[in-house]
Amino acid sequence: MKLVIGLDGQSTGDKALDFAKDLASKTSDCELIVVYVIEWSPFSFQTAEENAERHKRREEEIAVAKDRVLNPAVAALKEAGLSARAIVRHGDVADTIDQIAQEEGAQQIIVARTSAGGLTSRIFGSSTANLVMNARVPVTVVA
Amino acid sequence: MKNIYSMFLMLCAVAASALPAQAQDAAPSLDARVNEAFANFTGPFVGFIFAPIPGTSFPWIVMWLVIGATVFTVYFAAVQFRFFGHAIGLVKGDYSDPNDAGEVSHFQALATALSGTVGLGNIAGVAVAVGIGGPGATFWMILAGLLGMASKFTECTLGVKYRNEYPDGTVSGGPMYYISKGFDELGLPGGKILAVLFSVFCILGALGGGNMFQANQAHVQITQITGDFPGWITGLIFAAVVFAVIVGGIKSIAKVTEKVVPFMGVMYVGAALIVLLVNFDMIGWAFGQIFAGAFTGLGVAGGFVGALIQGFKRAAFSNEAGVGSAAIAHSAVKTKEPITEGFVSLLEPLIDTVVICTMTALVIIISQQLIVDQATGNYVLNEAGTAIATVDGNSGVALTSAAFGSAISWFPFVLAIAVILFAFSTMISWSYYGLKAWTYLFGEGKTTELVFKIIFCVFIVIGAAASLGPVIDFSDAAIFAMAVVNIFCLYFLMKVVRKELDSYSARLKAGEIKKFSH
Repeated sequence: MKLVIGLDGQSTGDKALDFAKDLASKTSDCELIVVYVIEWSPFSFQTAEENAERHKRREEEIAVAKDRVLNPAVAALKEAGLSARAIVRHGDVADTIDQIAQEEGAQQIIVARTSAGGLTSRIFGSSTANLVMNARVPVTVVA
Repeated sequence: MKNIYSMFLMLCAVAASALPAQAQDAAPSLDARVNEAFANFTGPFVGFIFAPIPGTSFPWIVMWLVIGATVFTVYFAAVQFRFFGHAIGLVKGDYSDPNDAGEVSHFQALATALSGTVGLGNIAGVAVAVGIGGPGATFWMILAGLLGMASKFTECTLGVKYRNEYPDGTVSGGPMYYISKGFDELGLPGGKILAVLFSVFCILGALGGGNMFQANQAHVQITQITGDFPGWITGLIFAAVVFAVIVGGIKSIAKVTEKVVPFMGVMYVGAALIVLLVNFDMIGWAFGQIFAGAFTGLGVAGGFVGALIQGFKRAAFSNEAGVGSAAIAHSAVKTKEPITEGFVSLLEPLIDTVVICTMTALVIIISQQLIVDQATGNYVLNEAGTAIATVDGNSGVALTSAAFGSAISWFPFVLAIAVILFAFSTMISWSYYGLKAWTYLFGEGKTTELVFKIIFCVFIVIGAAASLGPVIDFSDAAIFAMAVVNIFCLYFLMKVVRKELDSYSARLKAGEIKKFSH
């Protein structure tokens, strides 16, 4: 079995990790893929200077995501004796997590409930809500 | 290095000496003095760039641009039409590798380059063209826009191909890089000298068209609403905000403009469409005026040649095709195929000139701001005989504003905000182009960069204080001087682009270049 766990760098992500750990320990031969998506759109507007530095920033963003979120998570899972690896990618959060689940042939996606509320999520919906609506495999939202 | 510092100190001294004087004299006299000093200083340079071809009244520089664009169009067998659809596909991201997500996309490079060109050229520049050259100037403007797509394609392909990629992941590109590296590669002499020459003109262009012209017209636009006040006040405010962004690194201001400028662009075109829809019965007449004026001039100064010169001049000033500035903006894109950026960039003159400039021209013509002699059907000239007389004696951005205002009474206010924002975003873009030329000459480094950025801000104040005539002349001259060097070098380098084009189109036909499913 393969599970995709989407993290957003918030503390709620730990709950998703714990839940996945639990689930994985109940089945034999389960692979956990920890995913962090850096919100990014190819259709945003940038200044020339930002463009010139884009490659550098991208590398930095990936390094930070691995350092702060993914590596600790994978280490914790491995410590629990589970097979785990990490993927970091730029893109729309919901689309990208679903895309990775497809590519990896995962049976399920596990994400935490988004903690952020407020006006933006009321208007545009949260990434979690978008994922639940559009994912092509079952999604578990951990409260 | 010493020279830069002494230059910088001199500039500060000039700025400082001007300020106390303003306490003694009335403020307008400061503006007048800045204006006069500026006109005297730039006169010879402007005179050379716009010198007519001997025996005619036709400026050689206009001929230079048109011949360049025509040569590229023929040499690449109308690449702007053959690969138009492919360019759209590239911008949509059909050919972008998902693994490159997070890098600069084709769309972003195009949008960044466009925000540097869409602006006052489209609003004020077109008004100048139509005001002097009559409706016929529009025809030549569109033609120049269509031909210019090939120039843009050539320079932007080279911009990506010969850019510098540094170990820290940043990139620098543009004509100075493709001229020096490209000439070396082809074994041609003089690449370095030409690159230096281009950089000098690019710095002047950044300070002129990319800065003073913008500040100047933004000030005019503000006074339209608030009433008259000295230009240096507007200049100081603008300089402070630009300083905050480019020196202070206050990204939030730039971020806001990035979001608002495209919105303003869409709104501008939307408003123009509304004016055209309301007057849809006159669109046919307006096009009639454009075609008739293109070949007869309809009584404008200089006849149809006058219309042609104005049309070509303002088109080049607006879309910057052949100037080389866009190559700097486009060189940041992530692609394995430099030519794809060339395809994308050819959309720029189309959007900028063929669509947006034409909209402005149609609105001005349809709103009948230009006074027609009912008896002859020709346009009436103003007292000086230099331009067409307008209803309220407006010219430049004020003419566009009046034209929109005659149909949508509150639109001048929106236009004022749009002009200010466009001016601001163009300044930010050009501060970067100028900076790249500056660092090419003096080396990259925090101090050298800071010196240029401060000079840039000083020129905002000068630009806002000077009157339109000398500023627009100098702006045009500096930007066209870039095109002199750039197009000259493109003639030597275009075979490099042709090789890329042949290879790419063969692979595209063979199906080797695939769309990615997203």
